[in-house]
Amino acid sequence: MAGRTKIEILHDHNQDGIDRRGFLKCMAWAGTGAFCVMKRGVLKSYSMSRLSDMNPEDMKGELSFVQISDSHMGFNKAANPDVAATLQAAVDKINSLSIPPEFLLHTGDVSHLSKPEEFDTVSQILKGAAAKDVFFVPGEHDVLNDDGKDYFDRFGKGTQPGGWYSFEKKSVHFIGLVNVLNLKAGGMGTLGRAQLEWLEKDVKHLTSSTPIVVFAHIPLWTVYPEWGWGTDDSAQALAYLKKFGSVTVLNGHIHQTMQKVEGNVTFHTACSTAFPQPKPGEAPSPGPMKVPAEQLRSLLGITDVNYVRGKHALAVVDSTLE
Amino acid sequence: MRKSVLIASAMVAAVMGLGGIQPKHNGIIASAQEKPPSTAEVKIDNFSFGPAAITIPAGTTVTWINRDDIPHTVVSTEKAFKSKVLDTDEKFSYTFTKSGEYPYFCSIHPKMTGKVIVR
Repeated sequence: MAGRTKIEILHDHNQDGIDRRGFLKCMAWAGTGAFCVMKRGVLKSYSMSRLSDMNPEDMKGELSFVQISDSHMGFNKAANPDVAATLQAAVDKINSLSIPPEFLLHTGDVSHLSKPEEFDTVSQILKGAAAKDVFFVPGEHDVLNDDGKDYFDRFGKGTQPGGWYSFEKKSVHFIGLVNVLNLKAGGMGTLGRAQLEWLEKDVKHLTSSTPIVVFAHIPLWTVYPEWGWGTDDSAQALAYLKKFGSVTVLNGHIHQTMQKVEGNVTFHTACSTAFPQPKPGEAPSPGPMKVPAEQLRSLLGITDVNYVRGKHALAVVDSTLE
Repeated sequence: MRKSVLIASAMVAAVMGLGGIQPKHNGIIASAQEKPPSTAEVKIDNFSFGPAAITIPAGTTVTWINRDDIPHTVVSTEKAFKSKVLDTDEKFSYTFTKSGEYPYFCSIHPKMTGKVIVR
């Protein structure tokens, strides 16, 4: 599957630069490692089998980072008896990128049972990655005891009391949100009033041309409510980001890649480095999906993100551990 | 005749001695002194509580057992009870002494809900 194909816009129905057919075709390729980028309102997609086939010119930019997610350190059931090995494979993949990432974003479920040794094992393995820093947000598996004390002791330095935070890298504004605490019966993820109030203030004085990257564990759009794959109060958060010309939302939790573009917002979920989960509705429940051992690594992966100044959206590229 | 009756009784006694068979379940011998069940079980599997709703008499101890390959919790929405995190095959028990309705959920996967109705 080497080689590149370009898709031009055919019918711009919504005047948002997305052709439905082109977008759906792009989505279908996402599982095998597709590169979809919107440049100046034009959606371009390239199919690829390996990251090394990519034209570095398309990838080059001011900022490069990698999203990993759902390492579930401590999980040891049939779907993957050795999650440390597959996390190491993800690190090896990161280290093989032609453009080394400046930092990593881990979108949560670092551990499987919130145990101190699980967090420490992940930190140890990630030390081998060719990236200076790792920024974390917690998943629901990271905050099982004492409101996440062991997680926040390790990964909460410099964050707001609730665990959320923001920082700048090369004029891109990054926002780490926590939507896995104080979950209500029958609900999905939740951000809560205090966090939303902080978010409003945090972005108030940024110019609308500031590229925004939001990262949180549970998807900030409703992927599949029956399985809790969504955040009850994310609409308010997105309303505070409406003024920005480029917003990229990076999530985890669902252990598969999914992408959605809505106006200026690109939503993206990453693969897990531990085990895959079924597509919405294709199984009785969203539990770990057992696959033949030789297929496992083709369903786990990392996400490479590149920002090129002047481009409308960040280039988001998924690749598997294969 | 007597011998076969003796053997039959011995066999019944042996069977009864095995693993504390409850007359209620197997009906081997209907006991006139049968007590109402004081325990009930809820299985956690496939991201759901089964049965999702149970009705029990006051004084019953309910045991939840996690048969899923993912950890879950059992948390009362009215804060009446709260389990620790249950990994596969771990259990949590709670004895319901007061009548009423006790909705609960899994605090990790809040779409999982259940209810205990105590008469």
